[in-house]
Amino acid sequence: MSTVTLIDYGAGNLRSLRAAFERVGAAVEVAAGADNVDAAERLVLPGVGAAAPAMAALRTRGLDAAIRRSQAPLLGVCLGMQLLFERSAEGNVECLGLLPGQVVAIDWAARVPHMGWNDVAGEQGSAVCYFAHSFAVDCEPALVAGRTPIDDRQVPTVVRRGRLSGVQFHPEKSAADGRRMLEAWLAA
Amino acid sequence: MLRRRVIPCLDVRGGRLVKGINFESLRDCGDPVDAAGRYAAQGADEIVWLNISAGEEDWRALLGAVERAAETVDVPLCVGGGIADPEQARQLLLAGADKISINTAPLDRPALIAELAARFGSQCVVVAIDAARRNGYGDGSWEAHASAGRRPTGRDAVEWAGEAARLGAGELLVTSIDSDGTGQGYDLELLAAICAAVRVPVIASGGAGGPADIARALQTGASAALAASIFHDGVHPIDEVKREVAACGLPVRI
Repeated sequence: MSTVTLIDYGAGNLRSLRAAFERVGAAVEVAAGADNVDAAERLVLPGVGAAAPAMAALRTRGLDAAIRRSQAPLLGVCLGMQLLFERSAEGNVECLGLLPGQVVAIDWAARVPHMGWNDVAGEQGSAVCYFAHSFAVDCEPALVAGRTPIDDRQVPTVVRRGRLSGVQFHPEKSAADGRRMLEAWLAA
Repeated sequence: MLRRRVIPCLDVRGGRLVKGINFESLRDCGDPVDAAGRYAAQGADEIVWLNISAGEEDWRALLGAVERAAETVDVPLCVGGGIADPEQARQLLLAGADKISINTAPLDRPALIAELAARFGSQCVVVAIDAARRNGYGDGSWEAHASAGRRPTGRDAVEWAGEAARLGAGELLVTSIDSDGTGQGYDLELLAAICAAVRVPVIASGGAGGPADIARALQTGASAALAASIFHDGVHPIDEVKREVAACGLPVRI
């Protein structure tokens, strides 16, 4: 079974993600430095908190460059997905720029943060997953593998291109549907 | 469509699940991690742990229980009770809590909300508001109370809700002191007033006697409803509550 390397840039707790991958049979390592990222078989970029401090933490540790040069499959989770794009309006910060697109404030919704369980509909069928975020990705349709309705707008919540994947929801907190998402990513 | 959430609340003391009518008659009811896992398996959309002890040893036991929960419970966990500073919040989040709920500390020092939101993100900052009616029903005025409802603060609860949201709370957990423990239903006027005053999600709390009460609370515009005894007594399982909410035309995860 695959070994999954969680990128630790001090964004907080990795315990839930680690446990979720272990429940689906993956071996899990934690990468705190660029060397660990270079050697990884599969990478996960977690994210909790805000875009600007997260990018600063990645840069301080040299992890941004390591993520860019890696050829390993990478899954960004929540803020980790947003960081894959060019820019975030959250702190107006330049992100990793691995995928074309922007991160914008969810300013059209009746209630923000977008908090709770919502549909994810896409090429792998439909699921109901747990979200907790105030910003969302705005990108070209070719990247979008799953969408979620936030009030009257369909927002990209699963993105994919080549080795890069991202999910806006928290698969580790999304019960059986989240587990299936992680299994699908490990099998891809 | 975003689902309305149904949330069981568990009292935790020293890392153990406790139940009781008052603090003097608490019974040890086992491992809160097991209970959280059972509720998650039954369809709970989120779990809230309310820490009801203040001792240092109990705090470490709580952190240990949160760590174990993070490893086994695959729905979000919110932990509240006695959190007074960013360091305690950090310890809980590092242990694996998804959100932390604060209540008395921000009433004494509102800037705490902004500090936590800046450091950890609004999505994990829940401000709990215990509100009591000033002049009985129909008056439309509630006062925010601190210290588990024992200390009136003079603050208008609806205004405090607005201020908490402006300072960066990602969610408000609104408990009616008048309704709590009665089983006679939530304070629907309070919920409607706060839902209208803020744009962040509101969790209804206090007074659930059965599934119909939860459906009514969610019809006020609340994003989630929290209850304790109706779940713990096993009389109304979570799926029964969700079927009732769905029958009222509100979206739930079943």
